[in-house]
Amino acid sequence: MNIIVCIKQVPDTAEIRINPETNTLMREGVPSIINPFDLHAIEAALQIKEQKGGKVIVLTMGPPQAETSLREAVSMGVDEAVLLSDRAFAGADTWATSYTLALAIKKLGADIVFCGKQAIDGDTAQVGPETAEFLDIPHISYIRKIEEVKDNYIRVERLMDEGYDVVESSLPVLLTVVRELNQPRLPSLKGKMTAKKAEIKKMGMTDIGADENNLGLKGSPTKVKNIFAPEVKTDREMIDGTPEEQVDGLIKALKGIKCI
Amino acid sequence: MPVVVKPEKCTGCETCLSSCPFDAIVLKEGKAYINEYCNACMTCMSVCPEGAIIETETGALSAESRQKIEEYKDVLVFAEQKDGKVISVSYELLGAGRRLADELGAKLVAVLFGAGETEAKELVRWGADRVIVCSAPELEKFNDDPYSALLASVIEEQKPSIVLAGATPVGRSFIPRVAAKLRTGLTADCTSLEIDKETRNLLQVRPAFGGNIMATILCPDYRPQMATVRPRVMKKGEYNSDRTGDIVNVGLDNIKSRTKVLEFVKEVSEVSVNLHEADIIVAGGRGIGGEKGYRMLEELAEALGGAVGASRAAVDEGWIPYSRQVGQTGKTVNPKIYIACGISGAVQHLVGMQSSDIIIAINKNPEAPIFNVATYGIVGDLFEILPLLTRKIREVKNL
Ligand SMILES: Cc1cc2nc3c(=O)[nH]c(=O)nc-3n(C[C@H](O)[C@H](O)[C@H](O)COP(=O)(O)OP(=O)(O)OC[C@H]3O[C@@H](n4cnc5c(N)ncnc54)[C@H](O)[C@@H]3O)c2cc1C
Ligand SMILES: Nc1ncnc2c1ncn2[C@@H]1O[C@H](COP(=O)(O)O)[C@@H](O)[C@H]1O
Repeated sequence: MNIIVCIKQVPDTAEIRINPETNTLMREGVPSIINPFDLHAIEAALQIKEQKGGKVIVLTMGPPQAETSLREAVSMGVDEAVLLSDRAFAGADTWATSYTLALAIKKLGADIVFCGKQAIDGDTAQVGPETAEFLDIPHISYIRKIEEVKDNYIRVERLMDEGYDVVESSLPVLLTVVRELNQPRLPSLKGKMTAKKAEIKKMGMTDIGADENNLGLKGSPTKVKNIFAPEVKTDREMIDGTPEEQVDGLIKALKGIKCI
Repeated sequence: MPVVVKPEKCTGCETCLSSCPFDAIVLKEGKAYINEYCNACMTCMSVCPEGAIIETETGALSAESRQKIEEYKDVLVFAEQKDGKVISVSYELLGAGRRLADELGAKLVAVLFGAGETEAKELVRWGADRVIVCSAPELEKFNDDPYSALLASVIEEQKPSIVLAGATPVGRSFIPRVAAKLRTGLTADCTSLEIDKETRNLLQVRPAFGGNIMATILCPDYRPQMATVRPRVMKKGEYNSDRTGDIVNVGLDNIKSRTKVLEFVKEVSEVSVNLHEADIIVAGGRGIGGEKGYRMLEELAEALGGAVGASRAAVDEGWIPYSRQVGQTGKTVNPKIYIACGISGAVQHLVGMQSSDIIIAINKNPEAPIFNVATYGIVGDLFEILPLLTRKIREVKNL
């Protein structure tokens, strides 16, 4: 079984802050990590491989620095790593990203494609389903459990509001995963050694036979017009005093708005 | 790259480097250089003291594609149903859609799968001019393949300028497929939708980088302009029981599915329903410290007739179940009163509760960012404040 896991290198958003004076993001010193959901995708792929045999390939589209994330994946035990990097890919939105990933996946060939539910920098959760559409294969989102995998069949649990669906599909299929699915393994010492020496396969625009008009910023239907800091409220009232006085003040306010 | 640095003007002052939200500007041989991370947000252009950053030709739209864009007129809302009943977010989208359609002088079209006439009429009363219904039983339960194929074909036929859907598990799963099929843009989790007065394009505002910044997204050259919106972000429009509209039935011809939903297993989560519908939410964060603090929250919530919510820290600690998490990776809530106890107010939390009518913050740290969004703030120890507050509320309410 050939399994491809799409991973994205992202800034650790928990550590990003806005500079209140300039209203811009402070990214200095913010570490780059593998998108947390994608670690669960890697784990799921490795578990299927351990059961069924085959190989696991990690694939990322990004700048040359994304290689470090690929090596991290290799240290967890994946067999091959592919870096999709080309100036022409720059500035891609989810449409152009999915188009590009799909072409690479077609070249590499896969029975199952895994994606994270969403990337924490953009939080769009769109690349998985869009990639499946470009591949013309079915997809199932929010997988929280894999019940059964056979050569041409898979049955999974899909997390929904207020419960879950049991869904079956033919292969090939694309799955997007949530955290509940599993606990990602830590890299082994041997894995780390392998990762250091591992060959990272590089692919660019011509390798995947892409149409330049569909790539990067040029191929992206959406454009960022501007960015700004979330607004803050100004009409706030602080209630001071002893705890007793504070509570009385709050009770008065609650009465004022007819809450009690 | 449509944004470039003119090296002859650049003094290497580095002002633009820190302004870039995408970390796309580096210093090369003493000059700023914009690399492949660039998203063309233009922020750097406005901060450069030398005017050295310019926009290159973006390539004006050909007359042919301009004309094609003009064929797309209406506003279309995907009305999601569950167990045959249209869910609340769909009415909220009709509220937003009605406003946009009026501004554009266009019609508001709703699309309903897997339900019938009664629900379609309800959509009209909530503002739709036309409802396209496919009541095929295969669509009663959500399934990506038939939903995306049918919605794409309805859109191709109706040619709406704008398509809105709920950012629910259903919408988030199949709407991207539709956008990919139609070769158009999709903006997830919009918090505001407005029409640009000049260009008539849809201005889609959404949080990015975990809510640390907001971004306005455009889809200028492709149609439709597609957006998803989370439940409880938009307000419902006006309900008018006398409103009339067209109801058009469509069939599910030749649409096959490669996936099959075998069963739906409900898991007890009265709590989460509760959270969306509660008028008052008493939420706790890491500051509640554990079991004891949690019981204080529950008691206050009970006295007020509200529900308990949580920050992710409190959920990660295992004190409060995930179904009650508010924020970016939890629920978006919009109660009349939100009481944040021992919550610092990280942006990821704020995006989920900021639109509450009244926010009360109780935190012992006067610098906590939660106070920036609070209507009433109390700097103090929640272990002192909460029991006192609960007691006094009980007194007032004669409980
Ligand atoms: C991708 C991503 C998604 C996320 N999604 C969410 C999300 O959906 N929801 C969410 O909430 N978070 C989310 N987070 C986490 C978020 O960044 C914060 O870490 C989290 O909200 C912090 O929770 P907290 O305020 O309870 O804890 P802390 O930040 O630790 O704050 C605790 C507060 O309690 C106060 N306190 C302590 N003791 C007392 C006392 N006795 N009396 C009064 N006050 C006291 C302290 O002063 C402090 O301000 C996300 C993070 C990431 C990276
Ligand atoms: N540039 C990329 N390269 C590889 N995989 C990606 C990329 N962007 C997104 N993905 C995958 O798509 C998922 C959802 O991302 P997003 O739609 O950006 O929220 C991620 O968890 C990854 O599995």
